[in-house]
Amino acid sequence: MDVGGTNTDAVVMRGSNLLGQAKITTSENIGSGVREAISAALADAGVRAGAIDAVMIGTTQFTNALVEGRRLSRVGVMRLAAPAGRGLLPLTGWPRMLAEAVNGDVALARGGYNFDGRAISPLDESEIRTIARRFDAKGLRHIAVTSVFAPVNDDMERRAAEIVAKAIPGASVTAGSTIGRLGLLERENAAIINAALIALAEQVVDAYVSALAALGIDAPLYLSQNDGTLMTADAVRALPVLTFAAGQTNSMRGAAGLTGHRNAIVVDIGGTTTDVGVLRHGIPRESSVAAEVGGIRTNFRMPDVLSFGLGGGSVVVEEGGTLRVGPESVGHELTRRALVFGGDTLTATDVAVASGHAMVGEPRHVAALDRRLVAEANETIHRMIEEAIDRMKTSAEPVPVVLVGGGSILLGRPLAGASGVDTPTAAPVANAIGAASAQAGGEVDRVCAYEPLGREHALAQAREEARQKAIVAGAEPDAVEIVDVDEIPLAYLPGNAVRVRVKAIGPLARIVRGATPCA
Amino acid sequence: MRVGIEQITDLSRGAAFLGTGGGGDPWLGALMLEQALTEHGPVELIPREHLSPEGIALPVAMMGAPTVLIEKFPSGDEAAAAVRAIERELGARVEAIACAEIGGINATLPLAIAARLGLPVVDGDGMGRAFPQLQMVTFHVHGNPAAPMVMVDEYDNAVLLNARNDDIERLARHVVMAMGGSAVISLYPMTGTRAREAIIPGTVSQAIAIGAALREGRHSSTGSVSAALECLRDSVHYGHACELFAGRIVDLRRETRGGFAVGEVRITGFDDHHATFEVIFQNENLLARDHTGRVRAIVPDLIVIVDAETGEPITTEGLRYGQRVRVLGVSAPPMLLTPAALEVMGPHAFGLDEPYTALEALQSVNT
Repeated sequence: MDVGGTNTDAVVMRGSNLLGQAKITTSENIGSGVREAISAALADAGVRAGAIDAVMIGTTQFTNALVEGRRLSRVGVMRLAAPAGRGLLPLTGWPRMLAEAVNGDVALARGGYNFDGRAISPLDESEIRTIARRFDAKGLRHIAVTSVFAPVNDDMERRAAEIVAKAIPGASVTAGSTIGRLGLLERENAAIINAALIALAEQVVDAYVSALAALGIDAPLYLSQNDGTLMTADAVRALPVLTFAAGQTNSMRGAAGLTGHRNAIVVDIGGTTTDVGVLRHGIPRESSVAAEVGGIRTNFRMPDVLSFGLGGGSVVVEEGGTLRVGPESVGHELTRRALVFGGDTLTATDVAVASGHAMVGEPRHVAALDRRLVAEANETIHRMIEEAIDRMKTSAEPVPVVLVGGGSILLGRPLAGASGVDTPTAAPVANAIGAASAQAGGEVDRVCAYEPLGREHALAQAREEARQKAIVAGAEPDAVEIVDVDEIPLAYLPGNAVRVRVKAIGPLARIVRGATPCA
Repeated sequence: MRVGIEQITDLSRGAAFLGTGGGGDPWLGALMLEQALTEHGPVELIPREHLSPEGIALPVAMMGAPTVLIEKFPSGDEAAAAVRAIERELGARVEAIACAEIGGINATLPLAIAARLGLPVVDGDGMGRAFPQLQMVTFHVHGNPAAPMVMVDEYDNAVLLNARNDDIERLARHVVMAMGGSAVISLYPMTGTRAREAIIPGTVSQAIAIGAALREGRHSSTGSVSAALECLRDSVHYGHACELFAGRIVDLRRETRGGFAVGEVRITGFDDHHATFEVIFQNENLLARDHTGRVRAIVPDLIVIVDAETGEPITTEGLRYGQRVRVLGVSAPPMLLTPAALEVMGPHAFGLDEPYTALEALQSVNT
């Protein structure tokens, strides 16, 4: 399933075969929306609820809660760093509205590590207990704990989290290192956002679980993460922040699932905008620039997507001899305002129909258009897409392109830079298919000293750890593969210090083993 | 002039521009300054001429590996310990804080430190841009000793280095490692008399002006890039500024060699795909060549790569295949162009064979 702001899509899949689908308007009531979409898709597929092995949901609910500043809990923020760290305190740089909504209390405690694993200061357990009591007295039930260089050593962070959890009955504790990645402030921001969303996550997951129970589906529930892998529903209760940006990721993964491509550029042309992303080893390439969510800089694993204003509804205008397509769009009014639908606005869709490669509306409405204008606009549309593809490529080699979205009718000729263009027929439900075909993953990101153990040993250790994390996340142990190893030598550091990032993914063990035969 | 919270974004963007590809991500520096100014109020920016002859101007900076800087933030008190140590050593009072490097994160940090200490900041710096080593400063060129240099960690442990300028970088690196990979440093303490000769004047306010031009240009028909170039042409200490090339990145080679990010980027023209352009970098951009192999700009002149549309400066680690960029050339402040200065921060100091030729001369050769 894909629960978006506007639509909720559901598909029933067996392996990579699409058995049935449904699209409904997203409901205010989470539980009833899920029930309605799933039962419609099951009916379409002719499959009984009992035959379902697993349910995967991609949702934008948590992202929207943050962006809108709604339904957030106050958070007790603890950083293990003192005496370092006071020069840049937690929540610095947050938009005022969100800082006020989330800031319950901030404490800097002794602790944390240096890059080489030496403690900045030892953890003072009584200090942690004192801070926890202070948080408790303020009624704070959601705590974020972040330690300097926890990606190198998370011992103190875990110990502090244990102490806090014990001192405040019923409290949730988010440890920054569970969200990973170097960059203290970004990691801490992510931990704070996560803590603020936990109460909402409990409600949302409960609603999903009871909706499935009501439908008679007895199967594990997974949610999509932003990197195209899955997490269990119980993991979402603890780490809702990892679901951010899952929508775009699922669209790309769905495109991959529908075409079988593992390395390709995915072009999603909608009514108003086009998103261009890159699939590498079957997962979306991640953005190298810091991701901002709701104006807060974080280190979430965001897909690298280029968005620009071109879609089926883009308005075509000629001003002073220059022709422009978009970014203005008639949007959802396309079927009323475009020329081919009897409207008065020249849109990109009209150009595609006039050029002869799209069959929608009434072609006679565009028959009288100036041929030169049509040819030029058609060329502009193709060139905008080609330029975007070129921007997203990492080398000059032609790459396969997968075209999805309602606006894909705009394209009528081969694209420069593409070795081929695939347009799958089930593209409208690509997001839900992406959720269904997602895999389980695990990631390690840390600074390793290649001396004295040697590079091979250090890398092998990181690979094994990523593999184990993927298995814990639900991957079939025999099918886990390492899809990404990134080594960044660190300037100025001795002992051959290297920042190592390893990512492992594998298909869900439950799906591979086929728990239930299909009805 | 006073620098308050309203100027931070402009300052850090202008400093990224003057960083010529190096100097680090200015984001954390901007946030540290935001916190310091929120707690202590605006900082006074004074012209170098306002320094009293015997008062000490003290350059301060962060030294260390970028990866450590993004994890372990300073306590904020390190600079106070450095000032105490320097005053004890010299038997004189520190009157103002100075910037050693106006490019990147070290442009904002001295202002945060000055706000905490209640001291003014000298409007100027020792590089007029970013450079990778401690001796690549006008303070050194003008014969000032880097010593006594003080390095301070989060415990206020202060290490005093009394060493020759030529050895101090090597020694300081060992101390930085022992301090956990990053330290607040102060070096080249100068009396007002010496500082008036050795500091490149006006570069802090210039960075703010460049940042403002980039911001305002976005909302006008001029565009950010033209606005920034215009602003530099009007400045006293940069002068010549032009667009060298515009196009998209088609090749990027990068490796770490001897602790530096070394590489080159190739760009082809938007319209003319045969026109290519190449920029060679070592942390900072060092040399730009056109398709005929002719040098079009060379260090210490500034070679700045910006986003073609927004004018946002791009650091060497932020460069990527396919990016639409503009390559800008800006002539270095005259203080970097004397024979003595070129020996320390000219092409040969970076192992380049080409001699230094002024940016203006390289453009006029071109048809």
